[in-house]
Amino acid sequence: MKSTILKTASSYLLPILLLFSIFILLRGHYLPGGGFVGGLIASIAFVLHSFTHDTEATLQLLRIHPRALIPVGLGVSALSMFVPFLGGLPVMTGLWFDEPVPVIGLIGSALVFDLGVYLVVIGVVLTVLFTISQYSE
Amino acid sequence: MLIAVLSGLLFSLLYIPFGKYLKGRLAVVAALLPIGLFAYFCSFIPAVSAGNAQVFQYPWIPSMGVNLDFRLDGLSLLFSLLITGIGSLIFLYASAYLKGHPYLGRFYAYLCLFMAAMLGVVLSDNVLLLFVFWELTSISSFFLIGFNNDDAASRKNSLMALAVTGGGGFLLMGGLVLMGHLSGTYSIREMFASNEFLKAHALYPLILALVFMGAFTKSAQFPFHFWLPGAMKAPTPVSAYLHSATMVKAGIYLLARLYPVLGGTDWWTYPLIVVGGITMLYSAFHSIFRTDLKGILAYSTISALGILVFLIGIGTTQALLAAAVFILVHALYKASLFLTTGVIDHETGTRDVTKLSGLRLVLMPLAVAGLLAGLSSAGLPYTFGFIGKDLIYEATLNTGGAMPVILTSLAVITNILLLYAGLLAGLKPFTGSLPSSFADIHLPHWLMWTPPVLLALLGIAFGAFPALADTALLNPAAAAMINESIDSPLKIWHGFNLVLLLSGTTLVLGAVLYLMRKPSAASVTWMARFDHISPKHIMGRTVQYAAKSAAVYTKTLHNGYLRVYLLCIILFAIGLLAFRLFTGGPVQWTINELGPVTSYELIVAGILIGAMYLTVTTPSRLAAIAAIGVIGYCICLLFVFYSAPDLAMTQFTIDTLTVVLFVLVLFKLPPFLNFANRSVRIRDGVVATCFGAIISLIAIQVLNEPTDKTVSQYYGDNAYLLAKGKNVVNVILVDFRGMDTMFEIVVLSIAAIGVYSLLKLRLRASDKD
Repeated sequence: MKSTILKTASSYLLPILLLFSIFILLRGHYLPGGGFVGGLIASIAFVLHSFTHDTEATLQLLRIHPRALIPVGLGVSALSMFVPFLGGLPVMTGLWFDEPVPVIGLIGSALVFDLGVYLVVIGVVLTVLFTISQYSE
Repeated sequence: MLIAVLSGLLFSLLYIPFGKYLKGRLAVVAALLPIGLFAYFCSFIPAVSAGNAQVFQYPWIPSMGVNLDFRLDGLSLLFSLLITGIGSLIFLYASAYLKGHPYLGRFYAYLCLFMAAMLGVVLSDNVLLLFVFWELTSISSFFLIGFNNDDAASRKNSLMALAVTGGGGFLLMGGLVLMGHLSGTYSIREMFASNEFLKAHALYPLILALVFMGAFTKSAQFPFHFWLPGAMKAPTPVSAYLHSATMVKAGIYLLARLYPVLGGTDWWTYPLIVVGGITMLYSAFHSIFRTDLKGILAYSTISALGILVFLIGIGTTQALLAAAVFILVHALYKASLFLTTGVIDHETGTRDVTKLSGLRLVLMPLAVAGLLAGLSSAGLPYTFGFIGKDLIYEATLNTGGAMPVILTSLAVITNILLLYAGLLAGLKPFTGSLPSSFADIHLPHWLMWTPPVLLALLGIAFGAFPALADTALLNPAAAAMINESIDSPLKIWHGFNLVLLLSGTTLVLGAVLYLMRKPSAASVTWMARFDHISPKHIMGRTVQYAAKSAAVYTKTLHNGYLRVYLLCIILFAIGLLAFRLFTGGPVQWTINELGPVTSYELIVAGILIGAMYLTVTTPSRLAAIAAIGVIGYCICLLFVFYSAPDLAMTQFTIDTLTVVLFVLVLFKLPPFLNFANRSVRIRDGVVATCFGAIISLIAIQVLNEPTDKTVSQYYGDNAYLLAKGKNVVNVILVDFRGMDTMFEIVVLSIAAIGVYSLLKLRLRASDKD
C-alpha cells in the first residue's frame, strides 16, 4: 500500500491513537473503555503503521518484540492479584489509594490489573498479526 | 505434622536443580529425611498406642470443605512407620545400588515425592485430600517404573501402570465425592457418624463399587493385577519400596480405613472375599511358574495383597487383626527378599532362578537375610510369618455358616504355594553348588547388604518376641479399623489345636513341593500358552481397538479442512439447540412486547442485508472481506442503539483487526478461483439459514422467559460501593470476575504462542529445504 497521504498520516496517527488508547484504558473504571479495548486500539495504531510502512519498520519502532509484552502484562496482572494476599487479604481484594491523583483519578489495584490486560492484548494481537504478515511475505 | 508430610515434596523440588551434586558417598545424605521422619513418627507411638489419635488441622480451602486435616491413629501410624522406616533403608540401599547413575538426583526426587504422597494418603482425614495424595502416588510410581526411560518396555509398563491405577483413581474420586455429598462432610472421622445412613442409602452399592475399583486397581487385584509384574521394570529398590511394601498397600489401607464407614454388610463382604480369594489363589499359582526372581516376588506380592483384601472382606475383629499383622509381616519379609534379589541381580547380572545357586559361599550375609525372610514367608515357628499365618487361619475358621471350610482351604492352598515361592526366592539362589562363573563375585558395599539383613532380622525379632509390636502398634491399627479398642496380645503358642495342625500341614506340603519341584524354563513356556486369555492381553486388545477406532474417527472428522470443521461444529450446534428448543416446551411467538422500529434501525438493517448479499455474490475475495467488515460495523451500531457502548467499542476494534488479519492472509493468494460448485454453495446456504433461524427463534424465545435480575442488580448496586467504579461492565471484568479475565488473558497468550511457534516452525522447516 503505497499511498503517500496514508503513509504521512499514519506517522501522525500513531502517537495520537496511542494516547487515545491510554485515555480509554484510564477512563474504563467510570466510563466505557478499559484495558481490553484500549489494548486493541493501541494494536490498531501499530497495525496501521505497519501497513503503510513495513512490518520490519514497525518492529524497529517498537524496539522490543511485541511477544515480550505478553509475559510482562501477565506478570503485572498477576502481581495486582497477589499483592493483597501478601497483606493477609484474600487474593484479588481491591486496594485503593485514598487520595485521587490529578488527571488520572483514583488509583487502585484494579487499574494495575487493567494495565496488565492492556499490555497482554497489545502483545497477543501484534505477535499474531506480525507473525502472519512476516510469514506471508 | 504439615512440615513432616510436605517436606518430601519440598525435597523433591530441591533435588531437581541440586541433585547433580549428590554424587558418590554423598548420596547417603538423602536418607536423612526418611530417617528423621521415622524418628518423628516413632515419637507418637506411646500416645497413639494409649488410644489417643493425634489430630492436626490446617485450613486450606475452607469454603469447599477441603482442609489439610491429618489424623494419626493406629492404622496411620503403622503405615507411616512402614513408609518412613523401609523408606530409610531403601534410600540408603539405593545410594549404593545406583552409585554413579547420572540421574541419581532425579531418582531421589521421585522417591521423596512418593514418600510425601504416601504419607499424605495414610494421614489425611479429608477424603479429597486423600485423593490428591493418592493420585500423586500413582504419578510418582509412573516416573519410577519408567526411570530407565531409554528402555521401551519400561516406558510401556509405566504407562500401563498409570493407566490402570489412574483409571481406578478416577472411579475412586466418584465414590469419595458421593460419600462426602451424602454424608455432608468430607472428613472420614465425621463420616463414622453417618455410617448407618450411608449403608441404607440407595446409592450404597454404587459407592462401594467405585471405592472398590479404586482399591483393586491400586492394590493389583484380579483382574487388574497385571500392571504390577510389569512394574518390576523399575529399579529393584523401587520394586521393594513401592510395589511391595507400601504403595500397593494403599488400596488395602483405603479399605481398612473405610471399613468403619462402609464395611460389615453383604455388599462389602462378598465382593472382597471373592476378588481377594481369586487374586490370592490365581497369583500364588502363577508365582510358581516363574523363573525370574522379581517375577516370582511380584506374583507372590499380588497374592499377599489378595489375602489382605480377603481378610478385610471377612471383617471380623480377628480377621482385621490378622490383616494388620500380615501387613507388617509381608512388608518385612518381602522387602528383604526384594533387596536380596537386587544384590544378586547387581552382582551376577541375572535373576533367573534356574541359573542361580550356591551364592551363600560368596554372599554370606545375604544368604542369612534370604533364609530368614524365606522362613518368615514360609511361616516357621518363631518367625513373624508364623504368627501372621496362624491369625489368618484363625480368622477363616471363625466365620459363620459353611464358609469356614471353603475359606480355610483357600487360605491353606495359597499359603502352601506362597511358601514355595518364598523359599524359591530366599533359599534357592544360595543353596547347592556354586557355578564357576560366579566364583569371583564378592560382597557389595555394606549399605547394600545391611538393609535386607536388618529387615529379615526384624521379622525374626517380632516373631520371637511378639510383645515388641503387638500392643504398641498392631492392636491400635486393628482398633482403628473397627473403631473400638482391642487388647489381644499376640501369642506364639496356642496349644495343640486345628490352627496348629493346618500350620503344620502348610509347612510340610510346602516343603515337599519345594523339594520335589524344580523351577524350569519349560513351565514358563507352558504357562505362556494361556497368555492370550489373560486379563493383560484382553486389556491390551481393548486398547488397540480403542486406538484403531480413534484413528478412524480422526480421519473422518479431523481431515484438516477448516470448512469441514466449521460445518461439523455448526451442524452439531443446530442439532443440540433445536433439540433443546423443541423438546423444552412450546415455542413462544409473542413479539408484541418489542419496542417500535425506528428509521435508523431500518437503515442499518438495509445496509446489513446489502453487505450480506455482496459477501455471498462477489467474485473478489477482498470485496467479500470488506463486506464482512461492514456487517460487523452494522452490528456495532446496533449495540450502540441498545446502549452497550463497551460492547460496541470492543466489537468495532475487533472487526477492524479481523479484516486486517484476513487481508494479510488472503492478500498473497491468487485472485478468485471458484472452488465451490453449485451444490456445495446450496448446502452451505441451507446450513447457514438453519443456524440463523435457530438463533433467531431462541432470541424471541428468550424474551418470553422470566428473567432473573438478581445478579445484574447486585453488580449494578455494588459496583461503586465495593469497587469504586461507575462502569459496571469494567468493574465486572477487572474486579468482580477478575479471575475469569486473568484466565482469559492467559488463554489469549497461549493462542499467540501457538500461532507464533507454528508459523516459525514452518519457516525453519522450509529453510532446511
